Amino acid sequence: MSRKTVYGIFDDEEVLLNSVKEIKSNNIDIKEVYTPFPVHGLDKALGLKETRMAIAAFVYGCLGITFAGLMIYNIMIIDWPMNIGGKPNFTFYHNVPSFVPVMFECTVLFAAHLMSITYLIKCGLFPGAKSENPDPRTTDDKFLIEFELEGSTKKVKDLLSKTGASEINEK
Amino acid sequence: MFTITKNARNLSFGLMIIGVIALILGFVNDAHSAWPSLLFNTYFFLGISVFAVFFIALQYVAEASWSIVLKRIPEAIISFLPISGIIMLIIMITAVMHFGGNHIYHWMEDGIMDPNSENYDKIIAGKEAFLDTTFFLIRSVIYILGWVYFGRKLKQLSLNEDKHGGLENYNKGFRTSAWFMVFFAITSSIASWDWIMSIDTHWFSTLFGWYVFSEWAVIGFVSILLITLYLKRLGYLESVNESHIHDLGKYIFAFSLVWTYMWFSQFMLIWYANIPEEVAYFYDRLELENYKFLFWFRVAINFLFPIILLMSRDAKRNNTRLIFVCIVILIGHWLNAYLLVAPGTLKEYGHIGFTEIGMGLGFFGLFIYVVFNALTKAPLETKNHPFLDESKHLHT
Repeated sequence: MSRKTVYGIFDDEEVLLNSVKEIKSNNIDIKEVYTPFPVHGLDKALGLKETRMAIAAFVYGCLGITFAGLMIYNIMIIDWPMNIGGKPNFTFYHNVPSFVPVMFECTVLFAAHLMSITYLIKCGLFPGAKSENPDPRTTDDKFLIEFELEGSTKKVKDLLSKTGASEINEK
Repeated sequence: MFTITKNARNLSFGLMIIGVIALILGFVNDAHSAWPSLLFNTYFFLGISVFAVFFIALQYVAEASWSIVLKRIPEAIISFLPISGIIMLIIMITAVMHFGGNHIYHWMEDGIMDPNSENYDKIIAGKEAFLDTTFFLIRSVIYILGWVYFGRKLKQLSLNEDKHGGLENYNKGFRTSAWFMVFFAITSSIASWDWIMSIDTHWFSTLFGWYVFSEWAVIGFVSILLITLYLKRLGYLESVNESHIHDLGKYIFAFSLVWTYMWFSQFMLIWYANIPEEVAYFYDRLELENYKFLFWFRVAINFLFPIILLMSRDAKRNNTRLIFVCIVILIGHWLNAYLLVAPGTLKEYGHIGFTEIGMGLGFFGLFIYVVFNALTKAPLETKNHPFLDESKHLHT
């Protein structure tokens, strides 16, 4: 039996959301949904696992603050203590208020950049990556549900047209 | 409709009795330290109630829809504004008259701006144009009257909307809120200079207004959230779902960080520059034995509790944890209010005792009584607001 790909295209995100719920309740697997913008509640309807990006961000932030702390400790205390306005310059502990801005900025820098990079890697968006989007209209105003099915596609098509798909294509 | 439970009523009366006892004992024993204690408690609760006006105005000008189902709560908190405002005005008037041993403001002392007097202080005399007692009182009256006027008007428009419907009240509310924003931006800043910053007359900080505002924001959001959770526990406010609580939790988290940011910006620059006239402010707070511990303690709890316990999404949806953090930072900001007032007025003689805590509890009782009474006067469920349906379906 050959694998067939079915696309259901929708004009409205609420219709899409109801359709996804209906399809899920019929125990049919959805391969992917393409939307021009994030649709609230779609991740729940699709039963996606909760993202672990927040944990990653926390780890990156911790990494950033540690890096900044060690860096400034090395620069300002060990390597070359500088007398700035008579501030204590032989102990980290006494001089810590002046290091807080650096540590804060490094936390933000690490969290933001590493998170973006993680996101790009997870999505497979390397330089020169090809678009996997089956229909360019989903970057404009259409919503698309993609199925990969074996055997009859009739049931899925019926469900799609019943729940208000504006267009149904098969490849 | 909300009805006050017997327990809440008894609790509020009990707390008010403690407050009255603390007030009387405080003034009989030591009026000099009772006035600053009354001032910082008034400042604290005035902040909560004026922030409620700001909250409603903010929702209007941002055309925000999420908060509509819980807008009766800030509207009820507004009803505490006239009371705390009047107490504040009483403190200001007695301070100008030096009535009842009220010597909170050093710059109001006799002869301090007179070159021939032995009390003459050149730096304070240089600020005479702004620190003039008549002008000072006029300003105080303007803030209070303005805030009460806008608060009442926004509340009235919201009640009219329930009765008559239509977009007219909403549009009026939008315009009123825009004017309030401008008015509040100026007055909240100047009020904080007048009432709090002028205690340490020689010292000044250019971000003091924002520092005070961020504190009002934290305690304002905390009060709104605590009352919402309380009402939900009693079975009211069915349309308030987890997402609304989550949003309020986010605000508390964010503004706790804003507060810490403001506090640190003020502290770090002064610590680093080390200019004597600026450092004097922190010298009182850091070197005097009676404030040293509180100074670091309040920063630690106001920063660490929200950032550690409220960071994750699940934590902001966990009511028990939210209540715990809210109560901790409410106490933390109360201590901060104490530290704003006490070191400048009482120097090494200030301490947190029965007068301070008793007055705080008394204010708390009065606050509960007034706000819960206001909640009984209007139906908790709003209707006819153009964004009401959107608010009911909030999911984040």
